[in-house]
Amino acid sequence: MTSLTRRLFTASALALGLSLSASAQAADIELRFYYPVAVGGPITKIIDEYAAGFEKENPGIKIKPIYAGDYVQTIGKALTAVKGGDAPELAILLAADITSLVDEDAVVPVDDVIKTPADKAWVEGFYPAFMENAKLKGKTYAIPFQRSTPVLYWNKDMFKAAGLDPDKAPKDWNEMRDFAKKLTKKDASGAVTQWGIEIPSDGNSLWLFTGLTTGNGVRINNAEGTKVNFADPKVVEALQYWYDLSKVDGAQPAGLINWGTTPRDFIEGRTAMMWHTTGNLTNVKTNAKFPFGIGFLPGKTQFGAPTGGGNFYFFKGMSAEKQAAALAFVKYMTTPERAADWSTKTGYVATQPAAYETPVMKAYAADFPAAIIARDQLKYAVPEMTVHENQRVTKIANDAIQAVMTGAKPADAALKDAQAEAERVLRDFN
Amino acid sequence: MNAFRLSLYGWLMVLPAAVLLALFTHIPVVESFVHSFMSTDKPKRPSHFVGLDHYETLIADPIFWKALTNNLLYALGSVPLSIAIAMLMALFVNDKLAGRGFLRAAYFTPTILPMIAVANIWIFFFTPDYGLLEQMLKPFGLGGHNILGSNNTALLAVTIVAIWKESGFFMIFYLAALQQISPDLKEAAAIEGTSRFTYFRRVIFPLLMPTTLFVMVNALINAFRVVDHIFVMTGGGPNNATSVLLFRIYEVGFKYFDFGLASAMTVVLLCVLGIVALGQFFALDRKVHYQ
Repeated sequence: MTSLTRRLFTASALALGLSLSASAQAADIELRFYYPVAVGGPITKIIDEYAAGFEKENPGIKIKPIYAGDYVQTIGKALTAVKGGDAPELAILLAADITSLVDEDAVVPVDDVIKTPADKAWVEGFYPAFMENAKLKGKTYAIPFQRSTPVLYWNKDMFKAAGLDPDKAPKDWNEMRDFAKKLTKKDASGAVTQWGIEIPSDGNSLWLFTGLTTGNGVRINNAEGTKVNFADPKVVEALQYWYDLSKVDGAQPAGLINWGTTPRDFIEGRTAMMWHTTGNLTNVKTNAKFPFGIGFLPGKTQFGAPTGGGNFYFFKGMSAEKQAAALAFVKYMTTPERAADWSTKTGYVATQPAAYETPVMKAYAADFPAAIIARDQLKYAVPEMTVHENQRVTKIANDAIQAVMTGAKPADAALKDAQAEAERVLRDFN
Repeated sequence: MNAFRLSLYGWLMVLPAAVLLALFTHIPVVESFVHSFMSTDKPKRPSHFVGLDHYETLIADPIFWKALTNNLLYALGSVPLSIAIAMLMALFVNDKLAGRGFLRAAYFTPTILPMIAVANIWIFFFTPDYGLLEQMLKPFGLGGHNILGSNNTALLAVTIVAIWKESGFFMIFYLAALQQISPDLKEAAAIEGTSRFTYFRRVIFPLLMPTTLFVMVNALINAFRVVDHIFVMTGGGPNNATSVLLFRIYEVGFKYFDFGLASAMTVVLLCVLGIVALGQFFALDRKVHYQ
């Protein structure tokens, strides 16, 4: 019996090996490329069109785009494939996952893939705010592709009704609080019918929280990704401010605010302002039946916002030939024209200044000036938290934020605990 | 010779199933067990034996205990209620009444829906301000809840979804069992002048016991296994209030890539399930059959 199973296994392993080598010979050069879908819209269709366009221009190279779920699922699949010795050639993964990918030794630096001075100029053409967490220990590991940043959305009709200037966003924390209080409406029984503001706090609460901390002039992690700064008094102050919007000012719903339903709340007129990703611009623009404005995230001492979204990564184990093909494809995907097209179709921020000079983008901006706000905010933007063991440390921070927002813990205690726990996780990297 | 050939046939018959079971169930179980004593494979530090390290980490991890407690509460809340509701629904649609087929189909519908779709529907039931539940409560001045966003109510909410989803499925088993019960018993009971309640308590309920055991085992296993809606509805939040074992395993395994620790938790989950199943079979089996 055992010898039978063993033979069966050998046979199937042989068959598998044969079929693999056969398929490798059949195609010219095949590039498998994993990508996630993180925003609404026909993302899969657009990606397939881009791939087909590239194949047409580059006979001999076949692109196989593989939709792999959300960001977490996509990196899960990619790293599992790496461990199984069958890594994809390319993947779009979270910019903040750079540490995990480098720690797992799964990706090659872009510096090793590019060859010519023109390539180098191409890498330097992206916004510095996006490149900051594409680098680690002095090497570039990623090319920005689908990048986003949160902005303030406000309902102009509601501003007018509350006696506020409908064309002016709150400029700092105090103004945002005052506006939010004025915009909150209650019915006769005291139940709120219209909230002043919603800053989503479930799921990855840390991302928007980084907007608050940056606006208070503090960074929550160091550039090397080895230290976090959760217990800093300014971080505590930022979290307290966020909590007080609900608890003290009564201008924001109590408890956790759902990321997914917040744009709907805004569109349906349940909230007068919201913080949300630019990835939702197209959605709000299509569905809102009122004029709305887009502004920088108000800060206490300065403007500030996190960047988020995904970058292209090159995986280890490619032949030089494949690397050249992969580079050609990534370059094709990030030309200013493509970036402009991608940005107008999805709401992602175009990743390079040149994209904003294209006719497509100029026409779009003329029709919809709000789209330019996200770009202008970039000079105040910092990368979302990027540290070693990133998912684990992010989870620690998210839990602390959620404990505070649900009233389970005071801000200073929660962040102090989070700091201690994060330090324990990061112990090996210091 | 004949006996040998017979047993060979037997083996060949079960071979496809056995291979699949081994490949996707038995080997992974053994591997999880082995990995739970090994460190997670890292490029700079290959996997090596670490003994009970992972188990010690688990014992010291408050989130693990929270997930375990949550899971027990989730099971305790969902299992008895979904069984009771299933039995009631089955009794109801077993009687001759107009529109019976339609009712049966209606009760069974939640079972057919994918859990992810169910979760999306329920998110809008539970949404603050304009969700269905809030709109029903508001006229009575009971509004203002953030059900999925509060520590106190989130676990209850995901438990209710599980009950809603499972009851219809278990109803089918009860319905099948009810149809096996001879109508003679009902007539006999009627001649004796037994009340409907006594008839149910003394005759129907005991006769349904084997089904109840089967359903209970399944419901308990599902309470540890069917957690898809938690991903969609709460993501384990707020602050781990709805994190359950399987969810935590996914998080540690596929978000943190700490397969060693995830394997240790898998072993714990398997032990819990094993104990539950054994306990039910040995403790209850004797009381199950009508004597």
